[in-house]
Amino acid sequence: MAEFFTPTTEQEFAENFAQLKPVMNRTEALYESSRCLFCFDAPCIKACPSGIDIPQFIRQINSGNDTGAARTIYEANYFGNACGKVCPTEVLCEGACVYNLQEVKPIEIGRLQSYATTKVIKSGEKLFGPGADNGKKVAVIGAGPAGISAACELRSLGYTVDVFEAKAQPSGLTVYGVAPYKITNEETLAEMAYLQAQFGYNTHFNSPIKSRDELEKLEQKYDAVFLGIGLGKTNELGLPGEDKINCTGAVEFIAELRQHHHEVAVGRKVIVLGGGNTAMDAASESSRLGAETVLLAYRRAKEEMGAYEFEYDLAKGVGVKGLFNVAPIEITGNGYVAGVKFIRTETSDGKVLEIAGSEFVEPCDMVIKATGQAKQTEFLGLIPGLKLDGKGRIIANAHTGQTSNPKYFASGDAWNGGAEVVNAAAEAKLTARGIHAYLSK
Amino acid sequence: MPDLSINFAGIKSPNPFWLASAPPTNSGYQIMKAFDAGWGGAVWKTLGVPVVNVSSRYGGLNYRDKRLIGFNNIELISDRPLSHNLREIEEVKKRFPNHAVIASLMVQTRQEWHDIVRQSQDAGADGFELNFGCPHGMCERGMGSAVGQEPKILQMIVEWVMEVATKPVIVKLTPNISDITEPAMAARRGGADAISLINTIQSIVGVDLDQFAPYPIVDGKGSNGGYCGPAVKPIALNMVKNCAQHPDIKLPISGIGGIETWRDAVEHILLGASSVQVCTAAMHYGFGIIREMTSGLEQYMVEKGFNTIYDMVGKALPNVLHWEDLNMKYKVTANINEDKCIGCQLCYTACEDGAHQAIKLNAGTRVPEIIEENCVGCNLCSLVCPVEQCITMERTDDGTQHLTWKERTAAGTAPTVFEDEKAGGRHHWVPEPSAALGKERHKTLPGKARLYSGETVLPAEAE
Ligand SMILES: Cc1cc2nc3c(=O)[nH]c(=O)nc-3n(C[C@H](O)[C@H](O)[C@H](O)COP(=O)(O)OP(=O)(O)OC[C@H]3O[C@@H](n4cnc5c(N)ncnc54)[C@H](O)[C@@H]3O)c2cc1C
Ligand SMILES: Cc1cc2nc3c(=O)[nH]c(=O)nc-3n(C[C@H](O)[C@H](O)[C@H](O)COP(=O)(O)O)c2cc1C
Ligand code: SF4
Ligand code: SF4
Ligand code: SF4
Repeated sequence: MAEFFTPTTEQEFAENFAQLKPVMNRTEALYESSRCLFCFDAPCIKACPSGIDIPQFIRQINSGNDTGAARTIYEANYFGNACGKVCPTEVLCEGACVYNLQEVKPIEIGRLQSYATTKVIKSGEKLFGPGADNGKKVAVIGAGPAGISAACELRSLGYTVDVFEAKAQPSGLTVYGVAPYKITNEETLAEMAYLQAQFGYNTHFNSPIKSRDELEKLEQKYDAVFLGIGLGKTNELGLPGEDKINCTGAVEFIAELRQHHHEVAVGRKVIVLGGGNTAMDAASESSRLGAETVLLAYRRAKEEMGAYEFEYDLAKGVGVKGLFNVAPIEITGNGYVAGVKFIRTETSDGKVLEIAGSEFVEPCDMVIKATGQAKQTEFLGLIPGLKLDGKGRIIANAHTGQTSNPKYFASGDAWNGGAEVVNAAAEAKLTARGIHAYLSK
Repeated sequence: MPDLSINFAGIKSPNPFWLASAPPTNSGYQIMKAFDAGWGGAVWKTLGVPVVNVSSRYGGLNYRDKRLIGFNNIELISDRPLSHNLREIEEVKKRFPNHAVIASLMVQTRQEWHDIVRQSQDAGADGFELNFGCPHGMCERGMGSAVGQEPKILQMIVEWVMEVATKPVIVKLTPNISDITEPAMAARRGGADAISLINTIQSIVGVDLDQFAPYPIVDGKGSNGGYCGPAVKPIALNMVKNCAQHPDIKLPISGIGGIETWRDAVEHILLGASSVQVCTAAMHYGFGIIREMTSGLEQYMVEKGFNTIYDMVGKALPNVLHWEDLNMKYKVTANINEDKCIGCQLCYTACEDGAHQAIKLNAGTRVPEIIEENCVGCNLCSLVCPVEQCITMERTDDGTQHLTWKERTAAGTAPTVFEDEKAGGRHHWVPEPSAALGKERHKTLPGKARLYSGETVLPAEAE
């Protein structure tokens, strides 16, 4: 297929990974915003997990009040800029837009959202500030969408906030996970810098919290601790040959890609294992990195994939081929990956059954496992009294975010088991208020 | 093929579309180009006393993404030398003998009028249009709309012109007056052959929010200008209708104001115009728009079986009545087509806040419901509904009764005093004022993020 030449420069990389939702110019924003009907009790708002008053900000854009629009967005969602670009708008706000019912293109809400927020970020205009100091302190573990959103909201409520992040940059998977054709590193980090300048929380990068000791210090020094640690590494499949060179986890592969762009190499023939959105991303990205063949292998039928339809379409659009009803049983090769041994499957009553004797080897020189992220159960086990559910998710009150250890609060992937940026941002904002309610008692 | 040609008060033209006296008719170059493109006639940019123009001169009214739905200018009449204009008129006429070239004129004294009429006649103009409409600049010097607003003076000047004119004379009226038929009748009394209307409406098209000055801005200052463009069509149509219906005017009318497509032209014609003039649309989109106009008009005439323009002139006039002659027994009620409804609920807010609280929302559906007994049939919901033919107004009277205000007055059943039992508004359902409080669902939205329910639907575990 080779639709994409292997990028060797930053410019070629940018071409292969061109933004799916480029930021609008003023004319586009004017035209698009003029279409919004200003629905009553608008369905788009209801479909947004962070409840942004969408018709309001669209009308603000249309009347030339871009700053007001940005304010409306940020009041509801601190990741307003990122969300405009990375949200699955097709199934959220834009999917709910009434125009769909008329077979008319829905309002491009996401791009309008990024338009207004990009403008205000570029100008550096100050829209928010910290609240009056209330003398209390909160530690935030993890600088992902959950952690940073909680930090912003807590600062606006007057708390001193220290954010501890294992990695070198803020925004979590927004800069280490989301596909680069959805958002650029510059855009993500610009929003982070903007928020930090507005709210003035303290950030400590390259500062993983690992031990009971470190946790104890936080417990002593802070009035509450916010857990925004997300998920962990890619799940192990437990297959023979999984340790071969060029067999990698999707999360790790994508993190590399986001940081090192064209310096990341892919095989000529890549097999991606999985049927979720991460699998679609990894497949799409491999193709854009110049792989000649990318095969998406999934245990069940095409219709049963967890990925959004538009994500699968996107992968197909860049030449990715699907292989369905196959389960990997071994990664073959001598030191390096040479292929994947599959067995054909069928589903009956929702269960995947292997068809005996149907094994075959599909040759390849790279395997990407997009088979889910592990939970950080070991680390969470260091927190006294913290309960997890059967799937390793932190158990916390849906409205306040408080966990079974009253000093600890949680939001985002670590609590919901893995959703979207917008969920993490919305939950964290609510949890910050839960912390406030708890500490104001 | 229908015949588009007209003979307007003796001025012949291959089609009814003329360029109005304005920048597009400033020179022979432009007019020849326009005739080449298909325009039937042109009223030359007004010739007259020497003037000097300012810059800038134009202001625009944009709406949402639409540019120039209204337009205004503070330009004066032609600032080119009279001799150049006359020479060019001669040349255009030579090359386009069958197209209408009309000289628009504006001067002050009787002698000046005589001179300029004779000169234009010698140059070959097919007719004259007397500019009694310019609402800025010239009126301060006692011309333009200053004349248009004084029927006696208007009549006198028309008489002066008629003393020497051997070609048809059209009087162009200003809308900046309370009753357009008064200057129209004065034109008739003065002996004019036709009228044209409307000229621009005195206006301020907008104010610059940074410079605190009206548009267009001349060195930080501005002046009221003349308004035109699509937005003025409703005003123009009404004035055309008023002149066309008036029993004492009976002059051919050249309709002007907001004409951009064949539809606008047909509307003017159905209300009594027999030629139409276009300015803003030609300034906005160029002469090429004429192709759409003529082909649209032709198609319409074929569909309706009209052979000539005159088959349709004034066709809508019998249906334009005085309010007092309308049938008060006729009743329509809004009806929502559930299958077409997209659930925007614009009809709900419109009726709730802007009309008669005759629409309600029901749990479990976004399709609103009409409360028939409350609906007064005002039309608002159907006007705001963004879906074609989704809200229709259905006739709900039985069609047998007919009663007008005039008839009620004659029969003594019209209300005459305050609190009269016979008055309207007594039998409508109106909610108690206190029921309004706490109603607006929107009121609780963001400000600071809507309370997030927390009931995240967890995604299927990724494989
Ligand atoms: C490949 C991939 C693609 C995705 N694409 C999209 C998309 O297109 N759109 C979308 O909306 N969502 C997408 N998501 C999901 C989205 O990225 C997450 O839902 C979101 O980032 C969750 O935010 P979070 O703050 O809960 O966790 P994370 O973003 O994971 O942030 C957690 C942070 O905590 C840090 N951390 C963890 N443990 C510690 C510790 N012990 N000490 C200090 N720091 C720690 C981590 O380094 C990380 O920075 C994608 C996810 C993946 C994996
Ligand atoms: C349906 C309707 C009814 C109106 N009724 C009245 C009225 O009873 N009395 C009045 O002074 N003006 C009335 N107006 C005129 C408005 O007050 C206002 O002057 C006019 O609509 C121009 O403002 P706008 O461009 O904002 O609509 C009415 C306007 C509308 C649209
Ligand atoms: S649903 Fe669509 S049209 Fe309605 S308010 Fe939302 S974006 Fe605008
Ligand atoms: S305005 Fe039209 S489309 Fe919108 S809710 Fe009402 S009936 Fe439905
Ligand atoms: S016609 Fe008027 S009163 Fe009747 S439902 Fe529509 S808006 Fe309400």
